[in-house]
Amino acid sequence: MENNKKSKFGKYGGQFVPEVLMPALYELEESYKKYKEDPQFIAELHDYRSNFAGRPTPLYHARRLSKEYGITVYLKREDLVHGGAHKLNNTIGQTLLAKYMGKKRIIAETGAGQHGTAAAMAASSIGIPSEIYMGAKDIKRQEMNVYRMKLLGAKVHTVTSGSQTLKDAINEAMRDWATNVETTFYVLGSIVGPHPYPAMVHDFQSIIGNEAKAQILEKEGRLPDSIIACTGGGSNAMGIFHPFLNEDVELYAIEAGGSGLKTTKTAALHSASLCVGEDGVLHGARTKILQDKYGQILESSSIAPGLDYAGVGPELSRLVDCGRVIADNIQDFEALEAFHELSQLEGIIPALESSHAVAYLKKADDLGDLVIINVSGRGDKDLNTVMDRGI
Amino acid sequence: MKHIADAFKRDKALIAYICAGDPTPDATTKIVHALIRAGADLIELGLPFSDPIADGPTIQAASQRSLQAGMNPDLFFDLVKTLPKTIPYAVMTYYNLIFHRGTMTFAKDCRNHGIAGIIVPDLPPEEADELGEACKKYNLDLIHFIAPTTTPERIERIIQSSSGFIYLVARLGVTGAREDLEDRTKSLIQQVHTDIPKAVGFGISNPQQAKEIINAGADGIIVGSAIVDMIARNTDDINKAVEEIETLTRKLKEGITR
Ligand SMILES: Cc1ncc(COP(=O)(O)O)c(C=O)c1O
Repeated sequence: MENNKKSKFGKYGGQFVPEVLMPALYELEESYKKYKEDPQFIAELHDYRSNFAGRPTPLYHARRLSKEYGITVYLKREDLVHGGAHKLNNTIGQTLLAKYMGKKRIIAETGAGQHGTAAAMAASSIGIPSEIYMGAKDIKRQEMNVYRMKLLGAKVHTVTSGSQTLKDAINEAMRDWATNVETTFYVLGSIVGPHPYPAMVHDFQSIIGNEAKAQILEKEGRLPDSIIACTGGGSNAMGIFHPFLNEDVELYAIEAGGSGLKTTKTAALHSASLCVGEDGVLHGARTKILQDKYGQILESSSIAPGLDYAGVGPELSRLVDCGRVIADNIQDFEALEAFHELSQLEGIIPALESSHAVAYLKKADDLGDLVIINVSGRGDKDLNTVMDRGI
Repeated sequence: MKHIADAFKRDKALIAYICAGDPTPDATTKIVHALIRAGADLIELGLPFSDPIADGPTIQAASQRSLQAGMNPDLFFDLVKTLPKTIPYAVMTYYNLIFHRGTMTFAKDCRNHGIAGIIVPDLPPEEADELGEACKKYNLDLIHFIAPTTTPERIERIIQSSSGFIYLVARLGVTGAREDLEDRTKSLIQQVHTDIPKAVGFGISNPQQAKEIINAGADGIIVGSAIVDMIARNTDDINKAVEEIETLTRKLKEGITR
């Protein structure tokens, strides 16, 4: 059968899913193409973004942090998006699309609980029932978000298979989707999965970069030298990178280095798929993944549940291969230090995920004079984890 | 070595799925012998993958047991080599294991160890060019799926790129034993017009369902989770599992021959 070239980012991407889902992917692609040009859809999306999500988010000049590092640092404040992370940018878009497509129910996977929360928020405001899949291990470490999802009216399914984290939650959501594909819309949380998800999520998240570009030009009269974003699946990173891809700006995708770039027989002690992953196929796409010598997927690890994933978006795999995006990683202890540093220097408690981006200020050799860090979320959800480790 | 087509030559085909190495390679050998004694025409051997998205809890657990006991692609091919070649075998696995080994190497290993067909639930025809080439080179059948959601024009295109048999998915969702049969399964069978044999799987567990499917026009039935459930219940007494599986297989075979 003809290979769908537009589903690819170079050799990466594609649609590696069971046949039962293929017609749904075509339907999604068609509908998305149609509604993204539809004036009513655009107007409704704009209204949700402005009045529900709270966009545009500020680009904040972090004065004390800047002084500490001797450069000018701006923070893109996605922590201020309703729900506490950039995730709502995407879930509003997809859930609205689900409504326009006449779907009766949305499902979503979640790692940190941020995407699940954002999906539940979008679903209740738009008026569609939602069910969220979450690994048992993540449920334990993100209790507060589990409760938030339930408060918002979502049904939360505990996933006990495999490593009981994000990868297994995606497996289970895909199984649900295959079973209920005719009535259900799968709201995927990052730029991963089969085409058209990586492209669609990329579009919904590009609002971060579009705003940031206009804001930095207004404030500084020039583009930044570097942009730093943490990277799990890669949606906040691609979202802020996108409008800068053809500009002279260094783009840093910072992955979770966990407790070091080592692996045991079945588990990686990190989640750094861009840094050390190999070409493979996971969750519907060819991309860089953490796998053993036979191609079995390794369990990943990170103090930040939203980064704890063995794969990464196919678009980022390509951009790293061709040298446009630089991948690096930050270990758990460095992220914790940055978590405290930003809290104390700027009065902003970042998500542990975003703390990885903040920590890169210290690790990087030369970021230039003007830097934007994407603060993808706020850290309230992580207080238990951090309290367990002591201040 | 037998070809996939041989399974459909005499009669309606009974296709049995087990996960290789569940719970041990020795158990697999015993079960394969029992399946053959009881009349299985083709055996699908699962090569377990860490993230089997098309499988329900039964086969997920089987994959887990097998992986935990140390199964890997090298051991898989070693095991297949020792199995009796009186019937054909197909390997059922997820694409990353094939991709990682290299499609050509994987196909060659299949050919050299006695596997005649490859079934990959996460590889739709759109992505199958590379493995298709490898299968052609090594004279293997790459089995494609048709699901209840597959549109009529897709059905035509899938038939065009098929050989061996076509795997009709009986219901939406994942693998797992069920007692009932949906009406749409029968209409799906009637919608697919081709000389290539049509075998129906997903949720088939008893002789009554098997018979209905054959009466609706299928050329074979595929039974997996019902067999794997028997292994799961008897992991410490494999002889008991073997007995139960042999009895079920005989009954299923009767169901489709009479
Ligand atoms: C605050 C925050 N940042 C980052 C991520 C990672 O996702 P992505 O790489 O898609 O931006 C998550 C995921 O849950 C998150 O909650």
